Amino acid sequence: MSDLLNSTGRTPAAAETEMPADPARRRFVQLLSMGSLVIVAGPAGVRRLDAAERLTAALAGADPWSPVAYVIVQGDGMVTIVCHRSEMGQGIRTTMPMIIADEMEADWEKCRVQQAEGNEKKYGSQNTDGSTSIRDFLPKYREAGATVRALFEDAAAKQWGVKPGEVRARNHTVVHEASRRVTSYAALVASAATMGMPARDRIRIKKPAERRWQGRKMPSIDIVPITTGTAVFGADVILPGMKTAVIARPPVWGGKVVSVDDSDALKVPGVERVVRIPESKMPGAFLPLGGVAVVAKNTWAAIKGREALKVTWDNGPNATYESRAYKAQLQAAVKSAGQPGRKLGNVDAALASASRKLTSEYYVPHLSHAQMEPMVGLARVTSGSVEAWAPTQSPQDARATIAEFLKVGVDTVKVNVTLLGGGFGRKSKPDHVAEAAFLSREVGAPVRVQWTREDDIQHGYYHTVAAHRLEGALDAAGKVVAWRHRSAYPSISATFEANVTGPKPDELTNGASDIPFAIPNMSIEVCPAVAHARIGWYRSVNAIHHGFAIGSFVDELAHAAGKDPLQFLLALLGPDRKLDPTSEGVPAKGNYGASWSDHPIDSGRARRVLQLAAENAGWGKPLPKGRGRGIAVHRSFLSYVAMVVEAEVLPDGTVMIPRVTAAVDAGFVANPDRARAQMEGALIMAMSNTLYSEITFAEGHVVQSNYRDYNVTRMRAAPHVVDVHIVESEGLPGGIGEPGVPPAGAAIANAIFAATGVRVRELPVAKQLDGWKARTADSGSP
Amino acid sequence: MITLTVNGSRRTFDGDPAMPLLWYLRDELSLTGTKYGCGVSSCGACTVHVDGRPVRACARALSTMDGHSVTTIEGLHPKGEHPAQLAWREIEVPQCGYCQPGQIMEAAALLKTTPKPTDAEIDTAMNGHICRCGTYPHIRAAIKAASEKRS
Repeated sequence: MSDLLNSTGRTPAAAETEMPADPARRRFVQLLSMGSLVIVAGPAGVRRLDAAERLTAALAGADPWSPVAYVIVQGDGMVTIVCHRSEMGQGIRTTMPMIIADEMEADWEKCRVQQAEGNEKKYGSQNTDGSTSIRDFLPKYREAGATVRALFEDAAAKQWGVKPGEVRARNHTVVHEASRRVTSYAALVASAATMGMPARDRIRIKKPAERRWQGRKMPSIDIVPITTGTAVFGADVILPGMKTAVIARPPVWGGKVVSVDDSDALKVPGVERVVRIPESKMPGAFLPLGGVAVVAKNTWAAIKGREALKVTWDNGPNATYESRAYKAQLQAAVKSAGQPGRKLGNVDAALASASRKLTSEYYVPHLSHAQMEPMVGLARVTSGSVEAWAPTQSPQDARATIAEFLKVGVDTVKVNVTLLGGGFGRKSKPDHVAEAAFLSREVGAPVRVQWTREDDIQHGYYHTVAAHRLEGALDAAGKVVAWRHRSAYPSISATFEANVTGPKPDELTNGASDIPFAIPNMSIEVCPAVAHARIGWYRSVNAIHHGFAIGSFVDELAHAAGKDPLQFLLALLGPDRKLDPTSEGVPAKGNYGASWSDHPIDSGRARRVLQLAAENAGWGKPLPKGRGRGIAVHRSFLSYVAMVVEAEVLPDGTVMIPRVTAAVDAGFVANPDRARAQMEGALIMAMSNTLYSEITFAEGHVVQSNYRDYNVTRMRAAPHVVDVHIVESEGLPGGIGEPGVPPAGAAIANAIFAATGVRVRELPVAKQLDGWKARTADSGSP
Repeated sequence: MITLTVNGSRRTFDGDPAMPLLWYLRDELSLTGTKYGCGVSSCGACTVHVDGRPVRACARALSTMDGHSVTTIEGLHPKGEHPAQLAWREIEVPQCGYCQPGQIMEAAALLKTTPKPTDAEIDTAMNGHICRCGTYPHIRAAIKAASEKRS
C-alpha cells in the first residue's frame, strides 16, 4: 500500500475501493497515491528502457514490472495504470485507463489506477490545463498500451516457438489459434519482463473495429468512493499531529502587513501560533500573497483565531482599483487603434464605403472560479525534505513553487495529488500548497492550510475584465465585408511579469483572431489595460469574453441584415475551407500549442456543428409565446462547438433556459459520456458567467465574499434538456473541457434577445433586464 | 458536555460549544465525507441528517446538538447502497464529486418525505445546493431513478 495511506492512518479500504458488482466491468479500483512502488519508466509516454535502467530496477527490488510510463504489471498479472493528470471532474482517471487498457488487451477487472506524484521527468507535463490531456497524450497512451500488448505477445510466441505474428492478445491472455493454445498475462509477466522491447513495426495501434472501450461509455472509477463519502479530496488527507492554519492575506493585491496584534487571537482555545508569511515580490506569479497565519489544533479554532487578529495593512499600489472607473477606462481604450493580432484587406476603406455599418460595445466583468472545494493544501516539512498533498492541477508547478518559496532544491519536494473538488484553472496556481509548506517548516509539524470561501472569492486569480468594440460593414446583399474587433483587458502575463501594460496580440489567438469567418477585410486588435488584480486563466480563458462579444455581434449583424441568424452564420462561414492564418499576422505558435497544419481553422467543421445543433434544436420551428432561440458557434482549444439555447424571461426578470442543444466536433472522442457531461457543465458554467456572476473591486479589494453575493447557477434555473451531439470522427483530438463555454454565453444572450427584444451587451445579464422588467410591469404581461 | 449520536455511535464533546457540527465531524471524528463549501448555509455541501432531517452542518453549533442523532454520508446506508447512491452511479451523476455527498443526503431526505417528487419539488429541495461542475440535469434524472427504485 502506498505511503500516503499508511501515514494518514486511513484504512486501505478508504482509498482503494472496489467497484460494486455491476453488469459493466466495474472492478477497476482507485489507489490514491504512489510511494512504495518503483517506477522505472521514462518521460512523456513510451520510452524504451535501456539495460542500465533495467538493472537499476532489478537492484531496487522492483517486483512490479513497468515497461512503459503509466503501466506497472505485478507478478500476478494485476495492472496498475499511473494517471499523471489531475482529476477534477473531466474523467481523466477513467478515460486514460480506458485507452491504455483497451490497447494492451487488459481485463478491466484486473486493472487499477494510481495517481502519480508530480514528476515531469517520469510523466511528461502534468499541468492539467488548456484541455490538453487527451489532445496531447492520446497517441502516447495508445502506444503505451500497444507496446505492453506486443511484449506479452512476443513472450507467448517465444514460449511456444511460433512467430509473434501468429499469436493474438485477448483480454489478459495470449492466444495461438492455430494450435488452440492460450496463456494468461499473469503466466507471461516474468518472461515478458526479460524480453527486449518490441520492434517498432510490432507496436500496432488498434483499428477502430478492434477497440473495446475507447469511444464507448465506461463507468467512472471514482464513483463509488465519491457517492459514499470516502473519496479523498484536498482537505481529506489526515496526518498525525497535523495543525490547521487559516491566513489573513493582504486585502489588496500587492498590499503588505504593517503591524499585527495577535494577543486576542492567541487567547482563542486551540490556537497555537501566529506566523507571519512574507509577501512575495510583485507580481508574484504562483507565490503566496503573504499575510498572517493562525495555526491551531482544528479548523474552527483557526477561523476564530483569525477573526480575533488585528492587522494593519498597507494596501499598496492597487488600493484605488475601482471597477466602475476601470470599466470606463477599458471602454475608452477600445475607441483607439490597438496592436493588430490579425489583419486582412483594408478594413478602414471597407468600413468607409459600406452601405450599412454597425458598431457595438460589450463588457464582461471579472469572475471567480468559485470551485466547490475551496483552496486547501497540506505539507509536512522534515529535515531535508518537503512532502505535500494537494488538489492541484499542476503538481510540477506546485513542486517548483514550494522550492522557490522555501529556497530548497526541487528534488527535495514531493507533491501528491488528491482528487480536486473542481479546478477550472484556479488549481493550476499552487500558492496554497506553498503556504502550507512554509507554515509546516515554521511550526515543525504537518500543516493544512484551509482557505475559507471568503478567502477563495477574495484572493483568487480572477478571470480578466474586458471591454470590446466591434464594427462591421454589410454590403447591399447583407454580406459582411468588413470586421474590426478591438478589445481591452488586463493580461494574464501581468501576474507573471512586471510593467505589463496590456495583453499582447497572442492573447487574441484564444478565440478572437482564429475565427473561421470568410470576411475580406478584417482587423483584430488588442488595446492597452494595466492589471490591478491577480489575473489568471479560468475555464476557456479569453474565449469567454471573445466568444460572448463575437457571437453577440454576429447575431446583431444578422438582425441588421434582416436575415435568419443561422443562415447568416452559414453565409459568414463561407465555403468549406482550411485556413492557416499566419500570413494574416496570427502567430505561428498561436494555435493552442498545436501546428496550423495539424489543426487549421476549418470552416467546414464549424458549419457541420452549426447545422447539427440547429437541426436537432428544431431551429426555425415555432416556440411558445415568450420563448426565443439563440445560436452561436465557436472554435477554441482546437474543437468546434455550436449551441442553440432556448430562453424565456419571467416577469420578474428571471431567465429560464429550458432547453439547450449542443454539437461538438473535437476529433476523436475517447469517452463520449464524459464529453457530453463536459458540454452540460460548460453550458451551466456559462450560464453563471453570463447571467449571474460578477466580481467587482472597491478601494482595491474584492467586494463579493461568498455564494450569497457571488451568484452562480442553481438547480431551479438549470435546463431540463441538454441535448449534446458529438461528431463521430477519427481526427486528431481537440479539447473537451473548455470549448463548450465560449459559444454558450453568446447563445444565451441571443436567445434572450429573441425572447424579449432586449440586446444584452454587458454581463451579467441580470442588471440589463431592468428596462424589460419595467416595461412588462407597465403592460401587465411580457 | 454534549452527548450526541453519529452514525449510530454515541459521542461526547466538551470543546467549544460554538463549533459547527461540520468541523466536529471532519476534525474530531475524521468523517471527511461531509464537505466544507461556504460556511454560511449557501451551498449545501455540508448537508447531513439530524434526526432524519437535512441540515447544513456548517451552520449548526454543537451547543444545539445535545441528545440529537446525526447521519452523515458515511452512515447513510451500511453498504453504500441507498437508492440515491445507486441511482447516482447508474446515471453517472458526479463530475468532480465534491458536492455530491451533500446532494445525495438532500435527495435521500427528499425521497423519504416525498417518494415520488415532481420536477418542481426536486428543484425546490435541491436549490440550496451548488454544483459548479453543472451536474444538475443528471441530479434530477438520478432522483427520478431513485424514486422508481424505491417504488
